[in-house]
Amino acid sequence: MLAKRIIPCLDVKSGRVVKGVSFVNLKDAGDPVEVAKNYEAQGADELCFLDITASSDEREILLDIVRHTADEVSMPVTVGGGVRKVEDVQLLLSAGADKVAVNTAAITRPEFVYEASRQFGSSTIVVAIDAKRSKDKANHWEVYTHGGRNATGIDAIAWAVKMEDCGAGEILLTSMDQDGQTTGYDLELTRAVCEGVHIPVIASGGVGTLEHLYEGLTIGLADAVLAASIFHYQTYGIHEAKAYLAKRGVPVRL
Amino acid sequence: MKLVIVDYGSGNLRSVQRSFERAGFSSSITRDPNVVEEATHLVVPGVGAFSDCMENLEKLQLLEPIRSFIKADKPYLGICLGLQILFSEGTEFGSKHGLGILPGQVVRFPKNDLKVPHMGWNQIQIQKKIPLLKGIPNGAYFYFVHSYYGKPTESDCIATTTDYGLAFPSAVSHGRLFACQFHPEKSQEIGRQLLENFANL
Repeated sequence: MLAKRIIPCLDVKSGRVVKGVSFVNLKDAGDPVEVAKNYEAQGADELCFLDITASSDEREILLDIVRHTADEVSMPVTVGGGVRKVEDVQLLLSAGADKVAVNTAAITRPEFVYEASRQFGSSTIVVAIDAKRSKDKANHWEVYTHGGRNATGIDAIAWAVKMEDCGAGEILLTSMDQDGQTTGYDLELTRAVCEGVHIPVIASGGVGTLEHLYEGLTIGLADAVLAASIFHYQTYGIHEAKAYLAKRGVPVRL
Repeated sequence: MKLVIVDYGSGNLRSVQRSFERAGFSSSITRDPNVVEEATHLVVPGVGAFSDCMENLEKLQLLEPIRSFIKADKPYLGICLGLQILFSEGTEFGSKHGLGILPGQVVRFPKNDLKVPHMGWNQIQIQKKIPLLKGIPNGAYFYFVHSYYGKPTESDCIATTTDYGLAFPSAVSHGRLFACQFHPEKSQEIGRQLLENFANL
């Protein structure tokens, strides 16, 4: 049976792992390659690097981290942040990334997703969607860019469907309302997107307890759950999380 | 031994090389047909589309060396696309001929409730004992990422199956020809074991 995936996320800035609360108040804590190796030892199913500075002059630092990580771990690695051009995708894949997450660039130019997935294969292109709940309409979420600063006016669910049509192989869905809040995923958002598309969806934003992971995978219907803080600050170990999920009947790889 | 990984422009091969390294074997990455001819162990990895893969192998004049390597029953390991191209016909982006070593087709997962690509860790059910699976238990988890799978006409080449809506062949073998749909190079310890088994053939 296909196992639900547990994906620790490393937010990287200037070559170091940080974890912020709602994308501000960043704390510096760790060498990404060492953290990656540690997560592998704990039984992580995949890794995700998000470059939260993503300025072009620091690109080489990120590529170097990806290279070293790919040399040290044998599990899939997704890298996102600041991916603007097809050449950026090419560089990250050559450095050893298995998948590349695209966010703002997809909004600016949706054909980018089509071009990249045609060239490198659908399974290598992850579309990251940052969504925020609408204040006026019930069960409506809007897509944001630039780390949650810019509203786009685009409906998150329709956007996910469109990205699938463009060739995305996976959706990384982050609730901007929940991110950093440790009160759980936005389950309605997660479920709505999961029901809307036929590609895997990774739920992200808001995990504080193991129960939240369980909810994301069951009520939210997510194929994978991503979390940063709870693993980074060792509130819970990855193996501990999997053992908990297994006990509650979720198929996981122990 | 000369362990050779075939590079036909299909993404990152370093992870395959590095996994062999971790298992204690050095290997070379090449797109030179002469190096392929001299190999004792040949690995054909790959992600991407079937038709692109065949076209690139043709352009680089690698098809014939690979075919004769397999015909000589030397140890071959196909990974993902390296499995799919063994079949007679692929159906991704229009019908395209494969190497035709194994009769059968490469088909897409049927459209139903299951997500495609089939992505993540899934279990293998061992259908026949082969040296490649030495020390690997039935039900072991490997990492998969694919939308198509090889469907052989004859079932005797099926070494393992995996359940994803249907039981599809996840590893095949014929003599010293081995191929897996999953990625041993992304499958941590259990993947390393499989690569070690191959290199020890």
